[in-house]
Amino acid sequence: MSIRILESKCCGCGNCADICPGGLFEMKNGKSFLPHPEDCWACASCIKECPEAALRMYLGSDIGGLGGAIHARREGSELKWIIELPGKELRILTTDSRSANEY
Amino acid sequence: MQWIFASQSVILYILVYYDIQEGETIQKQLELRYLSADFLIIGGGTAGCYAALEFCRASDGNVIIIEKANIRRSGCLAAGVNAINAYINPGSTPEGYAAYAARDAEGIASHDILLSMARGLNDTVKRMEELGLSVLKDEFGRYSARGAWNIKINGENIKPLLAKAVAAESRIAVFNHVWAKDFIVKEGRAVGAYAVDLKNSILYAVSAKAVLCATGGAAGLYKPNAPGFSRHKMWYPPFNSGTGYAMGLRAGAEMTSFEMRFIALRCKGTLAPTGTLAQGVGAKQINALGEECEGKYGRTTSQRLFAAKQEESEGRGPCFLKTTGISKEQDEDLFKAYLNMAPSQTLKWVESGKPPSEADVEIEGSEPYIIGGHTGSGYWVDNSRQSTIASLYAAGDASGACPQKYVSGAFAEGAIAARSAAKLLGSAPEISASSAQEEKEKLNAFFGRKDPGYTARQLEERMQCAMDKHAGGIGSNYRYSGKSLAAAEAEILEIESLSSFLRAETGKDLAAIHELRDRLLVCRALISHLGARKETRWRLFAEHADYPLKDDGWLKFVNSVLRGDKIEIIIRDVEKEGSPDEH
Ligand SMILES: Cc1cc2nc3c(=O)[nH]c(=O)nc-3n(C[C@H](O)[C@H](O)[C@H](O)COP(=O)(O)OP(=O)(O)OC[C@H]3O[C@@H](n4cnc5c(N)ncnc54)[C@H](O)[C@@H]3O)c2cc1C
Ligand code: SF4
Ligand code: SF4
Repeated sequence: MSIRILESKCCGCGNCADICPGGLFEMKNGKSFLPHPEDCWACASCIKECPEAALRMYLGSDIGGLGGAIHARREGSELKWIIELPGKELRILTTDSRSANEY
Repeated sequence: MQWIFASQSVILYILVYYDIQEGETIQKQLELRYLSADFLIIGGGTAGCYAALEFCRASDGNVIIIEKANIRRSGCLAAGVNAINAYINPGSTPEGYAAYAARDAEGIASHDILLSMARGLNDTVKRMEELGLSVLKDEFGRYSARGAWNIKINGENIKPLLAKAVAAESRIAVFNHVWAKDFIVKEGRAVGAYAVDLKNSILYAVSAKAVLCATGGAAGLYKPNAPGFSRHKMWYPPFNSGTGYAMGLRAGAEMTSFEMRFIALRCKGTLAPTGTLAQGVGAKQINALGEECEGKYGRTTSQRLFAAKQEESEGRGPCFLKTTGISKEQDEDLFKAYLNMAPSQTLKWVESGKPPSEADVEIEGSEPYIIGGHTGSGYWVDNSRQSTIASLYAAGDASGACPQKYVSGAFAEGAIAARSAAKLLGSAPEISASSAQEEKEKLNAFFGRKDPGYTARQLEERMQCAMDKHAGGIGSNYRYSGKSLAAAEAEILEIESLSSFLRAETGKDLAAIHELRDRLLVCRALISHLGARKETRWRLFAEHADYPLKDDGWLKFVNSVLRGDKIEIIIRDVEKEGSPDEH
């Protein structure tokens, strides 16, 4: 489980480094950098905080990852979750913090 | 933070180290700063943040929170949670909850402590709703129950909501990215703590009238399910290193029930929670033949785990939660529910093209954790949540003898500790400058020294392998024996001595080295606890191969203290209703 950084999109704001509960990010030459991708817990905090949508969370292939990835965009109380799958259409799911889980 | 420094002397030490071996200059500026507050909270997680808010309601004093990450997304609540697992629904009582939790722990719990927690549960949920938490309601506006003790929420933003309330309170100063190392104890009383700023090479010596340990539990002691690339894709946060337990042990505080380990039965691969499937859509636990197996050996948490493992070892594994047959709408609702707490599981469903309606969800047991909020491991506290050290409190996963507290119980315990701390009078004691100086020098010794030829990461892996093989990890089907524990202990002692030569280059390295050392101490205490309980009370949680049966002569607490460098075991009675003595 880990995070991929799309370097060309990263503006170097440091939000990811500030928020990660494991303190895993470092800033290098004005860009975010994850020295130990295997240390990620997959809590998704960083992908929710990145203003440039420069981060992708993915499942390691050791636990069944198939090359897909997820990121999120916040719009008010909503989070738009964008799932990219190789060779397939995007899948977008929306959650709203104002509504509680049905289950 | 000007107001804090103003009242305290600020001393600046600048030290320059020369790494003779490399012939180059490595400059470290270690600044020692003094801080002071009425109430010092170590760990700005669930219990810590709530305690800070409650202290401000109960007193006009000020609070410092020391948090190694950022309180907006740190600890167990970082990704979100799916429900409030401890709530007294109409028709139930706190007494009923206490009895249920004690039963699940096979009697090893403190009834009084459980009861005081249970009585506080519902208030905390009301408070969180006022702060903006979404709670599902029925058509009459009542909370929607999920099973006997649960209510449904949207737990994605529970931590940001708490952090926002903390930020709005001017009497709380939050130190994010500051890692606590040790308590400061003077004449049997906790008077503060040392903490290292992970980014700015500062050592804080914080003095306080009362100190709360709210650092959560311990993960990363055992080899995880996927020890390679996904080594941190565990259920419990890998960043909760058990430092709070180690700090307590070094300070002389008594711990209880480490041997009541928690092993989570979760979704295979992602280790995502299963309650939403089991209680939410009523998915049954089945074996590979499609037969229901959950209740075969009883219905306690450990018995349900045992049932799954037993099916596997008798050739009827793997086990699943039977979700096939649910509707497409339920799929969509589940995708969203998991995005709100464990997005990796939604990704897995969508990526594999096998939603829960089409494929049953395979489950597996995690590596063992030490967590006072699920099982009963942690500080031995009295009803006010004070530990055996005066003015040192513990709450949430750090605190023991009170299993099944979960989110709302961590809040409730934080509140109890805060109200107790608010009653302490006087002012924060001074910290001796010479002790602070000594502490700084001890830490500095890790910088600029010779490379020992191994790293903290490698030693951590060795520790996890030793615990896995000899102290009842996944690899040994959670079983251990007197002999295997002795082998584990010998290895842990050797790793401990190797760890004292590790070298740090940054503040982060320094914390990583000490977190390894903290885990090693927790492992040592755990091994002593496992060996001391000469029975098998909880299947797999504490499965002693030399004593495979439950023995009610052991209806007792196994406690421990660190004396000198040795873990000493203390056996305590489960009092009438199981209450530890007030002290
Ligand atoms: C994945 C997961 C899902 C869960 N789902 C639910 C659920 O749906 N419902 C429910 O009721 N319960 C749930 N629980 C249980 C519940 O979340 C926990 O019991 C509770 O949050 C524990 O609170 P805590 O304050 O003890 O620990 P935490 O909230 O983890 O706080 C500990 C804090 O201490 C900090 N810290 C640790 N060491 C140091 C140090 N040395 N210096 C400074 N700071 C430090 C950490 O960064 C963290 O912020 C879940 C737990 C997990 C792990
Ligand atoms: S949050 Fe996004 S944009 Fe900001 S530093 Fe991190 S990756 Fe770059
Ligand atoms: S998903 Fe969580 S643990 Fe992983 S890098 Fe992002 S913030 Fe850190």
